[in-house]
Amino acid sequence: MAAPRDVTSLKQLVLGRQDVQDMSDTETELPPDLMTINMGPSHPAMHGTVRIVLTVDGERIVKSDVQPGYLHRCFEKESEHATYTQVFPYTDRLNYVSPMINNVGWAMAVEKLMGLTGNLPKRVEYIRVIVSEMSRMTDHLTCIGASAMELGAFTAFLYFLKAREWLYELLEKVSGARLTHSYVRVGGVAKDLPDNFDQDLTHTLDSTVKVMVEVEDMLNNNKIFRDRMAGIGALTKAQALATGCVGPIARAAGVDYDVRKDYPYSIYPEVEFDVPVGTTGDCYDRYLVRVEELKQSIRILRQCLKQIPDGPTMVDDPRVSLPPKRDTYNTIESMIRHFKHIVDGIRVPAGEAYTFVEGGNGELGFYIVADGTGRPYKAYVRSPSFVHLSTASQLIHNHLIADIVPIFGMINMIGGECDK
Amino acid sequence: MAQKVLDALKANHASAIELTESLFGDEIAWVKRDSLVAVATWLRDEPTMQFDSPVFVTVIDRLDWHPTGVPLSAHWSDESGKPRFEVCYQLRSSTHRYRIRLKVAVPEQDARCASLAGIWSAFDWQEREAFDMYGITFDGHPDMRRIYMYDEFVGYPLRKDYPKEKRQPLVRRDDLPINPIKAPGAPHGDR
Repeated sequence: MAAPRDVTSLKQLVLGRQDVQDMSDTETELPPDLMTINMGPSHPAMHGTVRIVLTVDGERIVKSDVQPGYLHRCFEKESEHATYTQVFPYTDRLNYVSPMINNVGWAMAVEKLMGLTGNLPKRVEYIRVIVSEMSRMTDHLTCIGASAMELGAFTAFLYFLKAREWLYELLEKVSGARLTHSYVRVGGVAKDLPDNFDQDLTHTLDSTVKVMVEVEDMLNNNKIFRDRMAGIGALTKAQALATGCVGPIARAAGVDYDVRKDYPYSIYPEVEFDVPVGTTGDCYDRYLVRVEELKQSIRILRQCLKQIPDGPTMVDDPRVSLPPKRDTYNTIESMIRHFKHIVDGIRVPAGEAYTFVEGGNGELGFYIVADGTGRPYKAYVRSPSFVHLSTASQLIHNHLIADIVPIFGMINMIGGECDK
Repeated sequence: MAQKVLDALKANHASAIELTESLFGDEIAWVKRDSLVAVATWLRDEPTMQFDSPVFVTVIDRLDWHPTGVPLSAHWSDESGKPRFEVCYQLRSSTHRYRIRLKVAVPEQDARCASLAGIWSAFDWQEREAFDMYGITFDGHPDMRRIYMYDEFVGYPLRKDYPKEKRQPLVRRDDLPINPIKAPGAPHGDR
């Protein structure tokens, strides 16, 4: 029996002890056997939607079972029962920090089946690229800011969220909604850019560049930040390819793959930008790649503002565009067409196609099987977050529990996209 | 561009390939179910192919398939007696920038398909998703469990005969005894 200790010390009151006087079970050493603990889904670092059952040897993870699905909202089943236009609000809720890219991806998938790819007005393509790149910036700003906060750098988080808010406000001016924009339509966009958009965006970009300088000064050579990020959760190039990783995670590991360069779409061939590629594939490289992509997005946006032409914001094709409001109210033909368009939906010819764009996290694809009616027969989303999360178990293996936080942060798992 | 892949597949695996077609710029090869692993391994290891990067796995349920107009796929030109499910594997070659979709027809009574998770580890979770949503069992998969739904879930939600309105909430059973709180003084050995 251990010698009685000073029980008045609060430190010695261990939770669950039956009797504070009885100190017979005080252990001087940690138990040597493995321990299974549960992390999430209600855990701030798990973004509230993922559960990990960890088997740990002390602090070291020897086995983990990652369980997604807590945010499953049946995107695919709902899409099968909605018209092609009605799916846009659902795509907003896939990756909710970059909804515009999802909108564009879905619109491009339907346009591919209708043979509209490449036939859209130039202004539509430019507007889509502008809103996509703004969305990519909000995505990266959120990812870096939130990861920094989880490592204790709260200032960086507040600065980046400030910059993100400027972009959200601008996107709100464009689409009318701060977060779930539903701005893109099949064959065009819902409405033209607002007045003075180019001055507003230029001003926002200038301010964002200043914020980025501040945050980079704070993080890049910060000892705590580097110690927590460098060498943590590394993937080799071969591993990144075999696990299907795309986007910043794969590029950090040295995979030179960006849909915008390798399978160019829209007007990306007309603008100049670089694709940053890392070498070590660890969390710090992922951070650097994302920072560089932010700068490249700013570069693309500035070029787009210079090059954007005037013109219509909807393709002139009666299969996808609504008749002008004036005609809808005054002629019976246009009213019928309007009614059929809204109620029956856009009629997409039978066929199947896979279309992919570069989302905030990498290749975001939509695979649609159409049966000739106004609703998709099958709609599948290739969500990068789901593929990336499947590597989490491999990434956290043999790391400490505390390392889950930066690894998870830099995977940038977006619950809505991962769980569909 | 990837027509080369289809030609090479037909040349090297004539007996395994049922049909090849190109739809909207996507190359599709219908593979016999028994030969899937052999074809996939060849696609990964052959130097002129090098399909090193998996893209996605999904399943198409053709239960309600009544297309208006002429079906584009030659596989569906005669509609009688076609198996209900199609398992689709989309692959990408990062070296040659080829893309191809392998399709395997799977009948309803024998909803099984060979697993490719051993060839590309990305298919581990994606095949689990296909199993969860469509009930296709992948033979040779290391961990064939549901992934989005809970284990108690009955049925496969993305099958066409699963009604959209159906609800299966996972509720706590109140008639089960709750863990009794340990009486004071009882030995507390377990941690």
